[in-house]
Amino acid sequence: MTVSAWEAFWLLVQRELRLSFRRPEQLLQPLVFFLIVTTLFPLGLSLQLSLLRDIAPGVLWVAALLSALLSLDFLFKSDADDGTLEQLALSGHGLTVIVAAKTLAHWLVTGLALVLVSPIVGTALGIPVGAFATMLGSLALGTLTLSWLGAVGAGLTIGLRRGNVLLSLIVLPLAMPLLIFGAGATDRAISGTNPAGALYLLAALCVFTCTLAPFAAAAALRITLE
Amino acid sequence: MKIATEGLAVDSVHVWRGDRHVLQGVSAEVHRGELLHVSGPNGTGKTTLLRVVSGLLHPEQGIVTWLGQSIVSHRTDYQAALAYAAHEPALKGDLTALENLHFSVGMKRRSTLQELRDALERTGVAACADLPARVLSAGQRRRVSLARVIAMRASLWLLDEPYANLDAAGSQLVSELLQAHVATGGLALVVAHRELALACTVRRLELNS
Amino acid sequence: MWTWFYKLASPPYVYRVAAALMPWFLGLAAVTIGYGLIGGLVFAPPDYQQGDAFRIIYVHVPSAILSVTVYTIMAVASAIALIWRIKVGHAVAAASAPIGASLTLLALVTGSMWGKPMWGTYWAWDPRLTSELILLFLYVGVMSLRSAFEDPARGDRAAALLAVVGVVNVPIVHFSVVWWNSLHQGSTLVTLEGPKMQSSMLWPLLSMLLGFTLFYGAVLCIRVQGEVLQRERQSAWVREAIKS
Repeated sequence: MTVSAWEAFWLLVQRELRLSFRRPEQLLQPLVFFLIVTTLFPLGLSLQLSLLRDIAPGVLWVAALLSALLSLDFLFKSDADDGTLEQLALSGHGLTVIVAAKTLAHWLVTGLALVLVSPIVGTALGIPVGAFATMLGSLALGTLTLSWLGAVGAGLTIGLRRGNVLLSLIVLPLAMPLLIFGAGATDRAISGTNPAGALYLLAALCVFTCTLAPFAAAAALRITLE
Repeated sequence: MKIATEGLAVDSVHVWRGDRHVLQGVSAEVHRGELLHVSGPNGTGKTTLLRVVSGLLHPEQGIVTWLGQSIVSHRTDYQAALAYAAHEPALKGDLTALENLHFSVGMKRRSTLQELRDALERTGVAACADLPARVLSAGQRRRVSLARVIAMRASLWLLDEPYANLDAAGSQLVSELLQAHVATGGLALVVAHRELALACTVRRLELNS
Repeated sequence: MWTWFYKLASPPYVYRVAAALMPWFLGLAAVTIGYGLIGGLVFAPPDYQQGDAFRIIYVHVPSAILSVTVYTIMAVASAIALIWRIKVGHAVAAASAPIGASLTLLALVTGSMWGKPMWGTYWAWDPRLTSELILLFLYVGVMSLRSAFEDPARGDRAAALLAVVGVVNVPIVHFSVVWWNSLHQGSTLVTLEGPKMQSSMLWPLLSMLLGFTLFYGAVLCIRVQGEVLQRERQSAWVREAIKS
């Protein structure tokens, strides 16, 4: 009996989650990095929450971007190193399914974790509780989009020397619109204006990326595997 | 260019790696019940040929067909029918041998855990089933990867140096498995340095630079 | 028609065509840029608001428009190379990238020079300049990725994919940056009512735009010849061409 694409997808997500939870310290690293980067700003700038509040959305988003980038390097690296990536490529399901499963699993353990930790960070930066809903929503959409952009970048840079630097160089310019809409939405929520417009734009960007990125990332992997 | 309608056919494949013309017009055929032994000195492109046949590498010229159809246009069907064992055993160190099998075989066909344990038993590593792959020796890992090949129940086996890291008993096991597979109508393409003494139809492809 | 397309995919053909076209591109570029510079720097009247400072647009606007055009050409050549496995596409993309990056840099520098008399600062985060800056990052990314691979063929393919992904992003980036801020004057070149500039200012500008494009064509021809030679250095026709 052959296995359907859906079954293969969920099996792979399961594998990825099981592997992630066998190394819990690797799950914590991006989160700790997130907290550290956020702490740098009050240390470098000001103690006053009222001043921090003005720059809070930007700081939050930059910190989230950098932490997500840190963990993206590992999306395909371990599979490429031990040869299991080839096995996945030859499993009889297109690389698109493989990439989709790995990216979703990656987002669940990194992006989603960042979203869940963000209220703590938000409070530390003086973001009012009323803006939390927008902050959480925008981070959820943004980290998902970023996981996809990162998948494309990671697929292109597997196995390169200084691959992680190149990964950041490639992914960050592509992520700038994300940053603009996401931080913009949170900023509006804080200042009391309606963030709906920015959130819709962010959601549109997310949908657009989630639709096209799997094919781009699969193509990137195909190029790397050749 | 005649296209064989049964089995695997490689037709005039050329591959360049940078400046090196690694595969220069290689052609071969394997039918059901046959094994193709690819041999040659180091660096002559044996692994490259295997990767072209598996569909991972796209040749600059030439075509590979399976049952008369190009493997590029029928990629998913073709890859569902093959089992590939590369030079590295390709196991996730943090998963047990059984879990490794469950997740990789499970992408190709639904199997019960008992079937997977039987496959591990067949290759002599039943005791390693619940150990994480990183604590296994090189020979044990090779046997687990062979168990994976058996458990996939694929028609076409593509094996790159399956005898590596195995002792005499292990080598005997590989030969037995190959003979059994071919005897039941399977096909195999084996890259191996050493001479093979197999009781089945063996075609030979010698690659030289 | 398809035979023409397949001919274009042949490296020796492209090499010969590039060699033949280059002097024409260069000559026409010299004429149009010459007219543009003289018309713009000497004959056009000073702008009633900005005085003589506005003349920088004769370099800034063509280089900005061309920086995006060249990226698009690079992405199209990359897409052709990836989809149909036509290697000449990679040569065109690799040849175009540094030209486009230099044009982007030129746009940024001249934009900054224009900024000083206009806004009082050498840099401001306005939509145009910020978009150009992000475009520069995209160019650098493509060039870095290409050179990071040991196997040039894989480097070409990876850079090609990145160029295609990037070109999809260029309008998104532009839109998001415009949404984010707006300091720059509205578009004076193409609006629904027609160009707002008077013709004595406009014609030299259009001529400069054409001239820059032709100059890009000329440099592209030179660089494509080099890229094609490098990629095909093992083949017989290259050895013949070198001997002669």
